Amino acid sequence: MTAALSIQNLKKSFGGLPATNDVSMDVAPGERRLIIGPNGAGKTTLFNLITGDLRRDSGAIRLFGEEISRLAPHQRAHRGLARTYQIITLFQKDSLEHNLVLSLLGLSRSRWDAFRPIARYGALNDEARRVLARVGLGELAQRPIGEVSYGEKRRVEIAMALAQKPRLLLLDEPLAGLSREERAAMKELIAGIPREVTVVMIEHDMDTALDLAERITVLHYGKVIVEGTRAEVVADPKTREVYLGD
Amino acid sequence: MRVAGWALLFAVLLGLPWVMGEYFVNLGSQILIAAVFAASLNLLVGYGGLPSLGHAAWLGLAAYLSAWMSLKLGLGHWITAPAAILGTTLVACVFGWISLRATGLGFLMLTLALSQVLWGTAYRWVAVTDGDNGLRGLSRPAPFGVSLDGATAFYYFCLAVTVLAIALMAVFVASPFGAALRGTRDQPRRMGALGHDVWLIRWITFVYSSFWGGVSGLLFVYYNKYIHPASLSIQSSAEGLLGVIAGGSGTLAGPIVGAAIVMLLKNYVSAYIERWNMLLGFVFVFIVIFMPEGVVPGLKRLWNRWRRK
Repeated sequence: MTAALSIQNLKKSFGGLPATNDVSMDVAPGERRLIIGPNGAGKTTLFNLITGDLRRDSGAIRLFGEEISRLAPHQRAHRGLARTYQIITLFQKDSLEHNLVLSLLGLSRSRWDAFRPIARYGALNDEARRVLARVGLGELAQRPIGEVSYGEKRRVEIAMALAQKPRLLLLDEPLAGLSREERAAMKELIAGIPREVTVVMIEHDMDTALDLAERITVLHYGKVIVEGTRAEVVADPKTREVYLGD
Repeated sequence: MRVAGWALLFAVLLGLPWVMGEYFVNLGSQILIAAVFAASLNLLVGYGGLPSLGHAAWLGLAAYLSAWMSLKLGLGHWITAPAAILGTTLVACVFGWISLRATGLGFLMLTLALSQVLWGTAYRWVAVTDGDNGLRGLSRPAPFGVSLDGATAFYYFCLAVTVLAIALMAVFVASPFGAALRGTRDQPRRMGALGHDVWLIRWITFVYSSFWGGVSGLLFVYYNKYIHPASLSIQSSAEGLLGVIAGGSGTLAGPIVGAAIVMLLKNYVSAYIERWNMLLGFVFVFIVIFMPEGVVPGLKRLWNRWRRK
């Protein structure tokens, strides 16, 4: 079976300093993969290479068998790749609904329509509200992003990615900065993502994240040092070394 | 409220020639031309977040093309007008492709440099442009046999074109494409990740904005029946940008109001105050300090505050 995401010998340096140093990994379709590692391990850099926000120096990235490492970010999105950001990246002054509309437009041909008012696109706005309702934000659809809480913004981040019905979803620290109740709600939301979607997640909060993941990859200084099931990774002495120091 | 505001503005503009003398009717035409120019620049600056200091290129290029074709080739207006707009738009396709290698300050410098190339050409290529003398002896078109030589007739012609231009720009910014354009201004990276082709959106907007800049150039050359390299200068570009920022960038009415402020100071107040440039500077500083978002959003804010009391 073709892997949902297959990375081979991926390298990226910043001014001679390797941030991603010969990373190879395969993620099976429908899998939940957790990527962990200390600060500066190159987790977000890896995400940025997969999405095309950064160009790789060498190596290959395949999405369901198709080599995508030369494509621009928007082309990768059209091939079924979606992501959320660690630092909230939303349209501050616009309503939650409008944020979702921009997400839906991204994959719709209507995005090139320059002559019909967007307000007349009833189906688009309905779909936006439906997705918001699904993540429990239906009531806030008309509120500007700037007026909702941090936890709600995190949910909008996920809603915008889910609205695109991606094949591969990259979640960059979806639990960061959330309160305990918000964490539980977010965990439920992530657990409820349909199995057609392959999920790769970066997360620091091990207690919550370990339950969500089937396989775990540990990055350290841009290298994969341990990879395996939850039990294997936790038992591996190299994991302890990275996290506790030697 | 919003519709009422536009209707009132339109009524005032429609009635102006009945109450005002020829001098003010001509001033009105100039304001309308400046308004189309500023509004077209606003698509780029206000909605796209791409500050250009070379927008005069499109006004000047369309004006020169139209003037050159009618003077040197002896062509009629019905062919020079579309040909000038087409030529301007094609050059914009290339300039946009070059300028959009960068954004922000880099984009500003590239647009400035490219417009300076046109300005220098207009000065030096005397065989085509008559250099510092400018191209003179031009005529105004007579659409459907109606002469536009009178101040009032030309004013209404300008008004019709302005209404059409602003209406189409309003449709543009309210469309899905307009929404995507504002998205690329606020979160370009996110827009790319969502599947929007950020570069292409910007390039199309650049060309569309230049198209309307070209339209304002045609009105400009018809009004003056003369074109000089100064129209391509950095000052001409800066006045447009000043109008956009003073009136309120990223709003529909802002550039119209801003262009009116700049034109009134430049053409009316300058008759009484020799150092009108200084006054323009003071007015601009005043606006930036008290209404940093521009006159139109600033007044709206004051109005809302006053109404709540």
